Amino acid sequence: MDFNDTPQEAEFRKKVRSFLEANAEKRSTLAAKPKGDSGSSISSAGAPETVKGEDAAKLALQNAKEWQRKKADAGFAAILWPKEFGGYGGSPIEQVIYAQEEHDYFVHSGYFEIGIGMLGPTMMAWGKDEDKKRFLPKMITGEEIWCQLFSEPSAGSDLAGIRMKAEKDGDEWVLNGQKVWTSGAHFADYGMIVARSDPTALKHKGLTYFYVDMKTPGIEAKPIKQISGSANFNEVFFNDVRIPDSQRIGAEGDGWKVSLTTLMNERLAVGDPPGLDFDQIFEASKEIEVEDGLAVKNSEVRQKMADWYIQSRGLQYTKYRSMTALSKGQTPGPELSISKLVTASKMQDVSSYALDLMDMSGMVHQDKNPILKNLFQNGYFFSAAMRIAGGTDEVLRNIIAERVLGLPQDERSDKKLPFNELPSGKN
Amino acid sequence: MNFDFSDDQKLLRDQARKFLQDKCDRKSVRSILEDHKQNYDVDLWSQISELGWTGTAIPEEYGGLGLGMLELCVIAEELGRALAPTPFSSSIYIFAEFLKSYGTDEQKKKYLPLIASGEKIGTFALSETNGKPKPNNIKTQHNSGKLNGSKNPVSDGESADYIIVAANSDSNSNYNSLSLFIVDKSDPGVNVSNLDTIDPTRPACTLDLENVACERLGDEGSGWEMIDNIFNRAAVLFSFEQVGGAQVSLDEAKKYSLERFAFGKQIGAFQALKHKMADMYVKIELARSNAYYGAWALSTDSNELPIAAAGARVSASEAYNFASQENIQIHGGVGFTWEYDCHLFYRRSKLLSLNIGSIRQWKENLISNLEKRNIV
Repeated sequence: MDFNDTPQEAEFRKKVRSFLEANAEKRSTLAAKPKGDSGSSISSAGAPETVKGEDAAKLALQNAKEWQRKKADAGFAAILWPKEFGGYGGSPIEQVIYAQEEHDYFVHSGYFEIGIGMLGPTMMAWGKDEDKKRFLPKMITGEEIWCQLFSEPSAGSDLAGIRMKAEKDGDEWVLNGQKVWTSGAHFADYGMIVARSDPTALKHKGLTYFYVDMKTPGIEAKPIKQISGSANFNEVFFNDVRIPDSQRIGAEGDGWKVSLTTLMNERLAVGDPPGLDFDQIFEASKEIEVEDGLAVKNSEVRQKMADWYIQSRGLQYTKYRSMTALSKGQTPGPELSISKLVTASKMQDVSSYALDLMDMSGMVHQDKNPILKNLFQNGYFFSAAMRIAGGTDEVLRNIIAERVLGLPQDERSDKKLPFNELPSGKN
Repeated sequence: MNFDFSDDQKLLRDQARKFLQDKCDRKSVRSILEDHKQNYDVDLWSQISELGWTGTAIPEEYGGLGLGMLELCVIAEELGRALAPTPFSSSIYIFAEFLKSYGTDEQKKKYLPLIASGEKIGTFALSETNGKPKPNNIKTQHNSGKLNGSKNPVSDGESADYIIVAANSDSNSNYNSLSLFIVDKSDPGVNVSNLDTIDPTRPACTLDLENVACERLGDEGSGWEMIDNIFNRAAVLFSFEQVGGAQVSLDEAKKYSLERFAFGKQIGAFQALKHKMADMYVKIELARSNAYYGAWALSTDSNELPIAAAGARVSASEAYNFASQENIQIHGGVGFTWEYDCHLFYRRSKLLSLNIGSIRQWKENLISNLEKRNIV
């Protein structure tokens, strides 16, 4: 039992380190603060928190594209992709090692995660050769950014319940409807979309998968302002959007199957959830006074902090166990599925409790708040989103119960009826 | 990254599991639970001693197998799964570890071979009264080579042949006045009387000492420091027992939820129960990972041990308490009958979360050790 790389892994880590040292700026260890809304793995917006306004956002995007280009030139932009598409042809453990090392540097890769992590692999599995040749190289270099158009106002956790209409008209398809929670739709060049091509078929059978140029007439992206005040997601409206049948990925009616390829890659694509953890409240507790002195000396505070410590480190060591499996060429166990479930609630508990400790000053949430720099105020808002984005707590518990523990699936009324006969509560 | 047990250690686990499935079924656990005259399963004890489990981590020169602490962790998990009614923890995790760490060569030669072979059983006596043991409530005195006082509760005290007793050499007791002494229970001044416990498969007793002869273990006045260290070591081993028991609690809850039908379907199909079992799984996985980290720190004599042990202890205690409580809940009415096995785990989990100090004490240990590390 040890934490060492194998010789091969150590060699790879060395290569990654020398690339990063030569090309990127290292985070100061003192500035190890939680990433908050922006730059998180869930949103791909990735603009630094201090950057505000449209020009600054453009600058952040440009910087990210430059960084992506450098990564692509060095071969590190898509570790898992085969070499023929410009990838590194690497193993999952090498992907983890790269992510660990890059985490220490001030760079933004969030803009490209959805494309490289999820949509590229979908195109590789289901796309036509000419599309692969045309799109994959530019996806890797960051020249073209992709977004994923899946969720809809009436299809969140129940993703297969989408209503976006795809109607065939000769050699073309006409798309009408609305997508939501689309990260990066406002700057993406292309998107992959799943739509309902046959409402009379069963729910999972009547879907078809396409790619679209986001500049196609009739597509309009509108940012959604979140409770945190920032806008990392969009609503995307489709009004009579016409696309050629050649942009279909997979057969008509196979949209759900193709979507599953995208979703299966989501687990690998989604990296470390952002911080705000035991370490932050432990440090803060040494500055905050409560009724009997410093919070860190208060028995109740210490008891609470111990709970967060074991959750935090328990997840870290669980990741070590998964890495061990990867390192041995095994599929990591389902234990990875617990990470976001634990992290999001912990973050909400930690931030809410820290605000309690701050007492009246916990009310303040202004730009450049001198008191602990809004750390816990931001966490308070962000954690509420985190418990929902990328699978709600409830969906994750279902996944653990069904896929890990093998408990029965919920009884469902939506598997036997044609989609247009399902109760929707709307019509 | 190689954060896992080796193939040999996994093989040992499989063998131990098969052996215990055969030799330590619920019937034999219940025979100890229900027969107040029996403190432990004597047959099982002699068989696991023959297999060498008792000598796993005792050096060969003192009659053990000379394997490492990781092997002992593997065995601990299996003993926890099987609810083995033996004094293994008192004799091996605690008594033997005290001797290994602090015994003179002479003491090691005298005691360890007997402990390694299972021929003799050892335990440790600290607590005297309600609440956390600390200098002002340890009244047992050491004067001119004799011990006087009373200990309560002493785990496996009736079964033990040797008992390490914590006593003050100074009537003005403080953190530097406690020493440890080895007592032979056959001394005429030793009196034990059985205490009922919340888990009778893990018995305890009262120990009265009247002018009892003893030999000192370790340095005079360093009692509390030695106890901290040995409890840290034992905490990691207990955390594996706890993870083992918690996992069986979840497995049995799941099994029942698939067999029991209500409202026209398996109760395991209701989300209220599915989510409960998902929560059990999450806590157990976190505990298992924390226990692994403890095992790493224990097996490498890392400076991290106090933090790693406390993390493993808290995580595994909470996971087992939760899993055994919710196992009863998922079973419904039959869950709190004597006939169903749920209560065996409910009893064991709570007892294990108290025997070397409560969760709240270990949380306090954890944070104070993190503070110390930060200062260093």
